[in-house]
Parts: sequence; C-alpha cells; structure tokens
Amino acid sequence: MEDLLIFLQQLINGISLGSIYALIALGYTMVYGIIKLINFAHGDIYMVGAYVGFFAITKLNMSFIPALLTSMVLCSILGIIIERMAYKPLRNATRIAALITAIGVSLLLEYGGMLIVTPQPRAFPEVFPQTKISFFEGKVYMTNQQLVIFAVTLILMVLLQFIVYKTKTGKAMRAVSFDKDAALLMGININNTISATFAIGSALAAAAGVLVGIYYTSISPLMGIIPGLKAFVAAVLGGIGIIPGAVVGGFLMGIIEALVSGYGASTWRDAVAFGILILILIIKPSGIFGANIREKV
Amino acid sequence: MQKILNKRIILTILVLGLLYGSIQNLIVQGKLNPYYEINLLLIGINIMMAVSLNLINGFTGQFSIGHAGFMAVGAYTSAVLTVKLQQPFPLAILAGSLAAALIGFLIGLPTLRLKGDYLAIATLGFGEIIKVVFVNIEYVGGASGLSGIPHITTWNWVFFLTAFTVVFIKNFINSTHGRACISIREDEIAAETMGINTTKYKVMAFTIGAFFAGAAGALYAHYFYIIQPNTFNFLKSIDYLVMVVLGGMGSITGSVLAATALTIISALLQRFAEIRMVIYALLLIVIMLFRPQGLMGNKEFSLSILERLGRGEKHGSVSSK
Amino acid sequence: MALLAVNNLTKVFGGLSAVSDFNIELHPGELVGLIGPNGAGKTTVFNLLTGVYEPTEGTIQFNHENIVGLKPYEITQRGMARTFQNIRLFSNLSVLDNVRIAYHTHVKYGLTSAVMRLGNYYKEEEEMTRKAIEFLHIFNLDRKKDEIAKNLPYGEQRRLEIARALAAKPRLLLLDEPAAGMNPQETHELMNLIKWIRDEFKLTILLIEHDMSLVMGACERIYVLEYGMIIAHGTPEEIKSNPRVIEAYLGEEVAHA
Repeated sequence: MEDLLIFLQQLINGISLGSIYALIALGYTMVYGIIKLINFAHGDIYMVGAYVGFFAITKLNMSFIPALLTSMVLCSILGIIIERMAYKPLRNATRIAALITAIGVSLLLEYGGMLIVTPQPRAFPEVFPQTKISFFEGKVYMTNQQLVIFAVTLILMVLLQFIVYKTKTGKAMRAVSFDKDAALLMGININNTISATFAIGSALAAAAGVLVGIYYTSISPLMGIIPGLKAFVAAVLGGIGIIPGAVVGGFLMGIIEALVSGYGASTWRDAVAFGILILILIIKPSGIFGANIREKV
Repeated sequence: MQKILNKRIILTILVLGLLYGSIQNLIVQGKLNPYYEINLLLIGINIMMAVSLNLINGFTGQFSIGHAGFMAVGAYTSAVLTVKLQQPFPLAILAGSLAAALIGFLIGLPTLRLKGDYLAIATLGFGEIIKVVFVNIEYVGGASGLSGIPHITTWNWVFFLTAFTVVFIKNFINSTHGRACISIREDEIAAETMGINTTKYKVMAFTIGAFFAGAAGALYAHYFYIIQPNTFNFLKSIDYLVMVVLGGMGSITGSVLAATALTIISALLQRFAEIRMVIYALLLIVIMLFRPQGLMGNKEFSLSILERLGRGEKHGSVSSK
Repeated sequence: MALLAVNNLTKVFGGLSAVSDFNIELHPGELVGLIGPNGAGKTTVFNLLTGVYEPTEGTIQFNHENIVGLKPYEITQRGMARTFQNIRLFSNLSVLDNVRIAYHTHVKYGLTSAVMRLGNYYKEEEEMTRKAIEFLHIFNLDRKKDEIAKNLPYGEQRRLEIARALAAKPRLLLLDEPAAGMNPQETHELMNLIKWIRDEFKLTILLIEHDMSLVMGACERIYVLEYGMIIAHGTPEEIKSNPRVIEAYLGEEVAHA
C-alpha cells in the first residue's frame, strides 16, 4: 500500500512536470514538422518566457493571467524574429547548417540574456500561496500550483487543437508540413505559415516558462538547456512532427523522470532521459506514432 | 613523385623543428611566463580536439556534438592510472586514449546508422550520459571531481602529441582509407555501391577521433590538477564545434588556425565569459549565413600552395597530393 | 553458365508491388537492355540487384552465389557496379578522386602503412592514380582530372560516373539511363563507347534506357517491364513487333526506332 501511494505521488509530480515538457515539445515538433529543423533555441525561448513573466509580475505588478499572456505574445514575436533573421536565409541550406545556426541562436539567447539580466538565479514571486489538496490522509497530495499547471496546459492544448484543425492558418500549417512545394502551388503563403508556426510554438514555450517559474520558484538564464533537451526527447519519443505524439511524449518523460527521482536515483535522471532518446533513435527513430520513411535512391 | 614527397616531408620537419626550437628556447631562457605557457598548452590541446573532431564532422560528414565526452573518458582514465594506481604518465596517456577510443567504438557502432541532425542529438546525449556516469562514480570523486592529479603535462608532451595527431590524421585523410571516409560525406549510397563498407569507415573515423580526444583529455587532466564532470559538458563540445566550423569542415589547417585563434581570443576574454560565449554564438550564426564552408572551406593551407601559386598552377584537389 | 540469374524477384513497398515475379538471366559478355514506361520498376530492379533494397521474395544468383541479403558494398566487391539515374558523384571531390575511391576495394595497404607512410603506401597510391588516369583517358576526361566533379558539364558527369563504376573492376555493369539528357550525337557516341568497353573489359552490361535508338542499336536482348512485371523478352527485332510492347508504349517510340 505504501508503495502504491509513493507511486501515486510521483505520478502526480510527473504529470505536472510532463505538462511543462509537453508544452515545450509541441513547439519542437511543430517546427520540425514544417521546416525539418531541430530548433535548438526553443528551450531558451522558454527561459525568456519565464523572465518576461517574472518582470511582468514583479515590475509591472501584473497578476498571473495578464503576465502569462504578455509573456506568450512577446515570445511569439521573438520566435518570428529569430526565424526571419537566422533560419529563413538557410531554408535551402543543409540541415546541419541550420542546426549549427540554431545552436548559435541558443547560445546567443543564453549568454546575451546573461549580459542583460545577470547570471544570478532569481526567485520567482509566489503568485498563488501554496495550498495542498490531500488524499489518503495526507500521504498523497497535490499543490494548487500543480493544478494550475495542469489546467493551463490542458486549455492551451485544446486551443492548439482548435487552431490546427479548425482554422485556415492551421490548415495551411498542415499543408506546408506535408508538402511545401504543393502548398506553394495551391497559393499558400509559405513564409507567413512558417512564421505562424514559430509564433505558436514560442507562445507555448513561454507559457511553460511562466508555469515553471511558479512551480520551481527559481529562474536563471541557463534554465532552458536541460528542459529544452528533454522536451526534444519527448518530441522524438512521440514521433517528431506529430502533435499528439509530443503531448504523449512529454507526459511520459515527466512521469519517467519523477519516478526515477522518486525512487532515489535523481542524479541519474538526465542520463535516463538521454538513454531513452538514444534507444528510440536506434530502435524506432520515427517514434511511437510515426511511420518509417526511407530515402529514395 | 617519391622525390617531391620526400622534399615535402623534410620541409614539414623543418617548419615543425623551427616552431619547437624557438618556443623551447623561450622556455629555457625563462622568458615565457606561466600565463603564456598555459595558453600555449591549451592551444595544443585544442588543436588536438578540433582536428580529431574535424575527422568525424568535416571529413566523414558524421555530425557529432559530444566530443568533450571522449575527452572526459581520456582525462578520467589517465588520472585514475597516475593518481590511484601510480602508473607512469606515458602509459596513462595511452590508456586514456584507448579507453576513449573503445567508448567511441561502442557508441559509434549503433549510433552511426543515424543521419544528420538525429546523429547530432544522439552524440550530444551520449556526451551528457558520460558526464552523468562520472558524477555517479564515487571512486573518481563524484560531482566534485578528481583532484590531486600530478602536474606532469609539459610543453614537450603537448607539442609532440599535437604534431603526432595532426600528422596522423592528415596522412589518414590522404590515403584510400581517408578517401573512403570523405566519399561517405559526399554521398553515402554512392560510396556503398562503390564497394566501401560505410559502417566500418564511419566507426573507424569516430574511433580515431575519440582516441585523440582521449589523448587531449589526458594532457588536460595532468596540467590542471583537478578534473570535474562538469568541465566536459555540452558547452565544451560546442567550443570545439565552433573551432571546426570556423576553420572549415574538411580542412585540417583550418582547424589548427581556428583552434589557435579562438584559444587566444578566449584567453583575452577570460574575465568576460559571457561576452566570449556571445562572440562564439555570433560566429556560428554569421559563418552559417555568410560563409558556411568556414574560413578555409575544404582547402588546406600549405607551403606547396605558395609553390604552386608561384608556378601559376591551378589549385589542386583536397587529396590529390 | 549464367553470370546473373534472378528468380521470382518480388519487392513490395507497403502493400504495393513495385516488382513482382521478375526473372532474368544474363550470360557473360552480353549487353542486355531493360526498358519500360516510367514507374515500371526498372530502377527498383537495380536497387534490388545491388543490395540497396532487400527483396521481399526471390533469389539472385550472381556468379553462382546467392547475393540476397548482402550489403551493397559486399555485392560490389563480388563484381557488380552501377551508375545512378540521377547521377550520384562525389561532387566536391576532384574527377581523379572520384575514380580513385572506386578503386578502393583493390587497395591492399592497411591503416599503418597509410599513417606511417610506408613503402607500399607510395607504391599502391601511384599505381592507383595511374590506373585511374587510364580510365579517365578512355572517357576523354584525363585532362580534367583535377576539376571538381560538380563543375563538369552534364554529359561529362554522366561519363565520369561510368568511368568510376568501371574502376571498381566489375564483371557486371548496371547502367541506369546513361544517355539521359544527352543530345542524339552524344547518345550515338555513348552507344559506341558502351559496346567498346563491353569488349575491351570483357564485361556483361545491363542497361536501363528510355532512348530507343540506343537500346535497339546496342543491346542484343531486351526485357520489357510494365507494372513491375516482365511483359516481353527477346531480340530488338522481336520486341519492336511485339503487340504488348507496342501497346505499352502507345505504339510510338518502338515502331520508329
């Protein structure tokens, strides 16, 4: 019984963490789906999102929802600017050239960010005074912050589903990711569609950044590296380019990580994440939901 | 042909001898203060890292971004041998290099089936896993690292091992084995149908690259007294990637020049770490946007270029020398 | 005895048969054509023969050995070389290096000799270079040996690809649309060249071609493929008058060739 309760507790923690990974993974997977780029800087957009949220709350005295929205809007603009300036000129270059550029953009956000906000970690303000919702006589609990994370994630995912499947932009995004040339011939504006993808992905990452600030109460310029990589693993796990795959992958990664930490192997948790990545890449690179494609000779 | 090649070898030895002699002279006369010495040694170590990474990334076209992991294996293995087992330094270097090569081989075998960006991410993952493994081994000090490593690495060690690395990889590239690697970069399917065992040569390039990264790690460990898992993190790998990309993927001399230049820039910016990284970041972006082939492309700078220019001949191919 | 004997070769891609029940037999020294409309599965046959794809069913006997399941490089080492429909040169390397790489399987010096620059390194490198230049000479490319492959004009790239395949010293050469993109004059020269190398190097050649004048003029036997199946087989004359072939080609090209 005790074991089961510990497991349940880690499951709750894992789902909260997994929500964050899923939100970031969505941006990875959408961008990869549309321009076949591992947008290395995506994890840093999440960091910027956290900082924007931080300043919105502490300097502008905003409450949670306005701060969240401000952060999402500013980061989508940042995402569009990055795509237009750094990635667009390389659209016909090799994928490695684009990847190197993305690494460059990532470093620029991290260390350029340090120059602006200093390398010191900052304490994220307590937006919601922590309360616990207990089950099983307090042996298993859920904080209201975890509840907020889960709720916001759920709302954003429903919204994303609506955009992708019910709007014109969404249809264009699906068309471009399926066949860029054919989409162009059908009169779809490729550049705007790609910008929209970056905007949406960045907004989701920004939301994840604000949520993480609330959850872990500490933010720093390098906070995006590891969660960014893990979210990428989540996207690969679910099948890169596949939106529901990123969500499932994100939750799986969060749960696995919570269980590994919960059972006392927390120093190994990063290795486990990368181990999963490598296993997936070697055994089924197309991920859980993907189909295998082979090179035409 | 034989005659020209011999002339070339003599010339190479002459230039290397001159370089060695003049610096050795400065050291003997005590004109080289410790600050310069550290950076001189770092230049050598970084050249070893950049050139060995270039063999994998630039020549074989297998994009790896976890090279610091192999450096870590070399550093830790060699340090364990000297610190814990009281073995002589040359043996420690050799063991460090071999251990790194073995890990490179074991990682390369399954991973090198992946292509392009997927391979890059997998190597990054392995680099991080290696780091985490060292964090979790109490025998080598865990996260706080292994200290009390004897300070044995000297200018002599660095110079000769760097020269050996460069000559080894250059000779490898200019052989049928090296050309097999290059053909994989150019077109893997064509290479395979031309009779080249692409898996074998990819793993070979990866293993050789890891071997020299291991040697560089051994030299590094025995100069700085202490090594920590975090010394060999992802950012360290990126340092070497920047050198290879700046110098030109597929140019050994490009890597040598870039490693030298960037080590000096880093030394000058030592107290402004963030600015250094911002410069690295901008370098990566600007090179990819405006000169994706790097400074040297896949050309080599050698004395014979001057010779050929003198005779008004056209520039030859990479490996027709 | 047949050099190549293919039996019941079938390849299914996700439920769709690209090639089904394909049978072919090539005897030493033959020059055989494989024709068919676009999408008939000709290149897939080449990919199956050279090990790029693994067949779903069937056997491929090459030189009395079953080569199904072997890797492409192993098949090349057993004496089969090919060119590609969409030219696959080592485009950033010199013309000479393109050919020298194909010679790789015949080089014996090891890693130590290469790195230590021992005597046999120089000896074999010199010999390889000499041989490579000989091959380039045949294709009238020796004066361009130091040019970068991608800078060659299209026709020369096609010729270089054949030279490269020959340097692997094959017994069976597979040519995938060697005349694609060439003008009638160049095609005619190429036809003569193909016949000449067959005789000079005692090769067996299987070629895919859309240019009917080349196929009818050069090949002794022709197989016709449609929807992944052989619909006709015979001498050029027989093929020209075969009603099924005429139907497949809408009666145009074959009758006029």
